[in-house]
Amino acid sequence: MAIRMLYFAWVRERVGTGEELVDPPADVTTVAALIDWLATRSAGHADALAERGRLRAAVDQAFVTPDAAITGAREVAIFPPVTGG
Amino acid sequence: MIRILVSPAPIDVGAEMTLAEGASGAGAVATFTGLVRADAGVAGDVDVLELEHYPGATEAALAALAREATVRWQLGAATIVHRVGPMRPGERIVFVAAAAPHRGAALDACAYLIDRLKTDAPFWKREIRGATAAWVEARDADSTAADRWS
Repeated sequence: MAIRMLYFAWVRERVGTGEELVDPPADVTTVAALIDWLATRSAGHADALAERGRLRAAVDQAFVTPDAAITGAREVAIFPPVTGG
Repeated sequence: MIRILVSPAPIDVGAEMTLAEGASGAGAVATFTGLVRADAGVAGDVDVLELEHYPGATEAALAALAREATVRWQLGAATIVHRVGPMRPGERIVFVAAAAPHRGAALDACAYLIDRLKTDAPFWKREIRGATAAWVEARDADSTAADRWS
């Protein structure tokens, strides 16, 4: 099932878009596996997603760790550590 | 009362104070205002600070913080107003208010809200100095400040 991907800050800039629809293969079941798979989509994706330790993620707007499942997810966001306030 | 506002408009502190002071049972209101710093670096002062956020998820994260604080300190009002988009040094970027029966709860709740906002709400800062733009890196000190409330 298609997942709406959202990217923010420098992840968005390096990927080259803030939003895209993707349809990962069935064996991509976690956030970490999704990031591995996304990194193969383009040079921009590979660059944006290279430093895994600097990436944070949310599944359906809930903040998660890389081992979180994406089964049934409609929206996944990938972004740098937050810097508000 | 829980009031969450994420907007490109300048923050009207007077109006927000009036709302917080009007909360039922309020005997004390503590507030925090964050301003855009010029932060002189090797590339000179900041000309413009841009704030990006995750629409929907940001408001939900702020509302969750306000609800937690309201329960923990029995607040009459918890207000978080955060500006997004471009702004200049000296302008208000964030305003937090906590109204409680007494000052101890109001002051602690106010500190909790701004400390946790720094680590829990999806905002990203980008500093523009002349022709150079740079994303602000997250600070370890912010995580330490947020952790003291757990």
